[in-house]
Amino acid sequence: MSQTVPLSVTVNGERHESEVEPRQLLVYYLRDQLGLTGSHVGCDTSNCGACTCHVDGQSVKSCTVLAAQCEGAEIVTIEGLGQEGNLHPLQEGFREKHGLQCGYCTPGMIMAAADLLQRNPDPSDDEIRHGLEGNLCRCTGYQNIVRAVQHAAAAQRDSQRAEVSA
Amino acid sequence: MSVVDTPAAGGNRHVGQAMKRREDPRMITGRANYIDDMVLPGMLHMAVVRSPEAHADIISIDLDAARSSPGVVAVYTAADLAGDIQGPLAMVWDPRGVDINTPEHWPLKQGEVKHVGDPVAVVLAESKGQAMDAADLVIVDLDAKPAVVDPEKALEEGSPLVWEEFGTNKTHEWAVAGGDFEAAAEVTVTQRVANHRTSGAPIEPRGSVAEARGESVTLYSSTQIPHIARFLLSGMLGMPEDKIRVVAPDVGGGFGAKLQLYGEEVLVTALARKVNRPVKYVETRSEHMSNSHHGRDQIATVTLTARRDGTVTGCKADIVADLGAYQQLLTPFIPTLGFPVAGGCYKIPAIDLTFTGVFTNKMATDAIRGAGRPEMTYWIELMMDKLARELDTDPLELRRKNFIGKEEFPYETPLGIVYDSGDYHGTLDKLLENFDLDAFRKEQAELREKGIHRGVGFSTWVEVCGLAPSRAVGPQGVGLQAAFWESAMVRVHPSGSATVYSGASPHGQGLDTSFAQIAADRLGIEPELIDVIHGDTDTGPFGWGTYGSRSLSVGGEAIARASEKVQEKAKKVCAALLEAAPEDIELADGTFRVKGSPDKSMTMAEISGAAHIPPQELPTDIEPGLEETSFYDPENFVFPFGAHACIVDVDSETGKVEVIDYYAVDDCGPAINPMLIEGQIHGGIAHAIGQALYEQVVYDEEGQLVTGTFVDYALPTAAELPDFHTDRTETPSPVNSLGVKGVGEAGTIAATPAVTAAVLDALKPHGIEWLDMPLTPLRVWQALHTASGPAATEQGKAVPEHGRGSAGSGPTSPGEGGAL
Repeated sequence: MSQTVPLSVTVNGERHESEVEPRQLLVYYLRDQLGLTGSHVGCDTSNCGACTCHVDGQSVKSCTVLAAQCEGAEIVTIEGLGQEGNLHPLQEGFREKHGLQCGYCTPGMIMAAADLLQRNPDPSDDEIRHGLEGNLCRCTGYQNIVRAVQHAAAAQRDSQRAEVSA
Repeated sequence: MSVVDTPAAGGNRHVGQAMKRREDPRMITGRANYIDDMVLPGMLHMAVVRSPEAHADIISIDLDAARSSPGVVAVYTAADLAGDIQGPLAMVWDPRGVDINTPEHWPLKQGEVKHVGDPVAVVLAESKGQAMDAADLVIVDLDAKPAVVDPEKALEEGSPLVWEEFGTNKTHEWAVAGGDFEAAAEVTVTQRVANHRTSGAPIEPRGSVAEARGESVTLYSSTQIPHIARFLLSGMLGMPEDKIRVVAPDVGGGFGAKLQLYGEEVLVTALARKVNRPVKYVETRSEHMSNSHHGRDQIATVTLTARRDGTVTGCKADIVADLGAYQQLLTPFIPTLGFPVAGGCYKIPAIDLTFTGVFTNKMATDAIRGAGRPEMTYWIELMMDKLARELDTDPLELRRKNFIGKEEFPYETPLGIVYDSGDYHGTLDKLLENFDLDAFRKEQAELREKGIHRGVGFSTWVEVCGLAPSRAVGPQGVGLQAAFWESAMVRVHPSGSATVYSGASPHGQGLDTSFAQIAADRLGIEPELIDVIHGDTDTGPFGWGTYGSRSLSVGGEAIARASEKVQEKAKKVCAALLEAAPEDIELADGTFRVKGSPDKSMTMAEISGAAHIPPQELPTDIEPGLEETSFYDPENFVFPFGAHACIVDVDSETGKVEVIDYYAVDDCGPAINPMLIEGQIHGGIAHAIGQALYEQVVYDEEGQLVTGTFVDYALPTAAELPDFHTDRTETPSPVNSLGVKGVGEAGTIAATPAVTAAVLDALKPHGIEWLDMPLTPLRVWQALHTASGPAATEQGKAVPEHGRGSAGSGPTSPGEGGAL
């Protein structure tokens, strides 16, 4: 499999011109070629969601997408969502509400939740639970993840109200 | 048992606070360092060639095509590594007077394979993809032999043998008894209870990277036991321990599955030395399902005896434990681990337990979250319910009648185990304050009129953890060839910040945070100024790792003790400089001050500065520096307890069980960090609901693994679980100065019987009195459709798959494995 194809993508706002094997999965491209190891691999069968990132604004399981399919795409990973000092409300929420323990599922969980909140800024607990059912966590029992997402949703609504009234 | 009742010197400014986790910032931003994130220069990738057969002779292994595959550096079989790996994998239980059949267990197999996934060769290549491609080109010619999958059938005369050399599939028998068990009693209830095979299934798979430098080698591994791993590697590789370093980086969950030294960890270490390049191996999820040890898989035949008035008089259990094909680190010991709490939280004057281990052509079982205690808690709780039915009495009243009273602690069981402290009425009372049972029963009756099957199940549980008093479980005790104290080293730096080194190896529990809270109160500095280092054999003293809910009650206590030693020395330094007597110095509000003269005080930074750069006033008999070590070996176990209630709805048309509500009151002593306790309880309950309803490792009759991925092995998702209403009581343990007990396994130990009891309560009108887990829709539906009303009872008689006597992980109906 020495044959490669060219790939041009934007990841976390930065443009990359790469050569990838046709069989290269997006998650391995992000991890091995770009060094963005925040997207994790947990299952190989698209069940666990630890690899979730955003492609053109939608959450995808990056173990289920070939890198070559992402030609021209805008990709956001956990590293691009927010950094210390400039955390995304979901990152704040997970810390505030103890929404993580071992941390392995956390980046994927946050990226899936970010997509959920884009589509539904004021979800019920039940909507959060069903919205995240494609992401597995073995540590938390999910309850504090639901609280974390609610915390972030409230923070985002508050900041939007503040922007409107400003 | 020692009684230590001194409160933390200096008062609790940080202990008891729901401090946010210091682990989180790197984990929420994608900057954590898990094993698969590590890349070393020149690193090769290892792929493992595995047996597709459950039991077979190896006729030949053809490596030629693999060797010429692109990127391949080397391909090895066991014979090629004879000089590199000098000893087999260890099993460390050697109970006095009991011989345990223990086959030689090498990382790569020669001659025969014993289960699906058994490794026979390895490939090293420049990339992971190249290694996996080449592994597919290795041609292993196998001559399949009959496999044995069901542990009860494995014990029958004429069964195929997993190991011919032993002439039997029985590995050993271990028994423990106390009091006089009399089978003839006023009331007797007996039940066969299967506790099926499960997988630990941390979301991070296992993985390792090894690097050789000169005479030394470093193994980075996703492990719960770095120091034990080094000790064992030393023997297997024929290298002195000081030349081996084992590091556990961020570990993405363990649940017991990483309490092991696996063949792959030995292989990457040996191969890194052999080829003189770093070697990485990360298992696929399918490899986790086939080759990371499984848990549970026991069949217990349990008898409870009682007087007509409800006084329980005896408990007898014969336990058949399916150990799989090999003895891993603790394989034969784990079924036994629950024996100290076999009587639950009840005064039972006679307990009689026999454990029989059995080889089958399956992956080995070993410790998975709870490890022996969930199994025993499951049957004692459900047997109390069964006894209540037999006596036509209320199951909670029956429990109360037999509870060990809070004034009866320390309580010695007939097995000679001393329960440290408890208040079982207290947790049950609080549970029933939070959960209105009368209102529930009213609602339940109304719903039944509408055809809705709602039920509640209770579990009043106690467990044994805080492994452990070395003399109780070590060579002269239960027979583990190990000890279980824990180490801590506390070093205050010249500028007044500190580093705490722990021999524990947490992997998600948040102990970096709670350990810092413990040290902060005793050092008089803020937790933010305390770094916690663990999981590295080259930095701190030897330690025994994280498992068995031990790291706070043993490792945390070691930190408290080392910190208090530092505090004592700090007081001496302070006293000398403030011209006071050391006993007149107190630590209060974060400063060291002279009692009665609060204006005369020093901060830890000032004291540590003086300890490192001594002024003239400091007497020369005070050694410079400010660093202390503690090796703490507890004098007893600790015994957390609680009361849980699970509420379910059962859909009688589909058999689907839905957990609609859950109440828990747990007691693990005074909280160091209540937020972390709640998180551990949530996760534990979820894990147990997974086992009770969804998860099962299934092998078919030929020993093929049916549940090889997360498609087939169903972990609960957010959508399957309700919010848990958790609450606590705090009954201090007299065993350690913190008063703490473990909490990591509590929910998993507590919750399976509550779930099953709830389903049985919901199905009571159908006369169904027993169902084995997992309570999948198929299993419940079958029970409903074979039950013909109150007369038809036990699933064991009614459902064909159990009529065959199948094992906890034996053949079930097609596709049943993890069907949601």
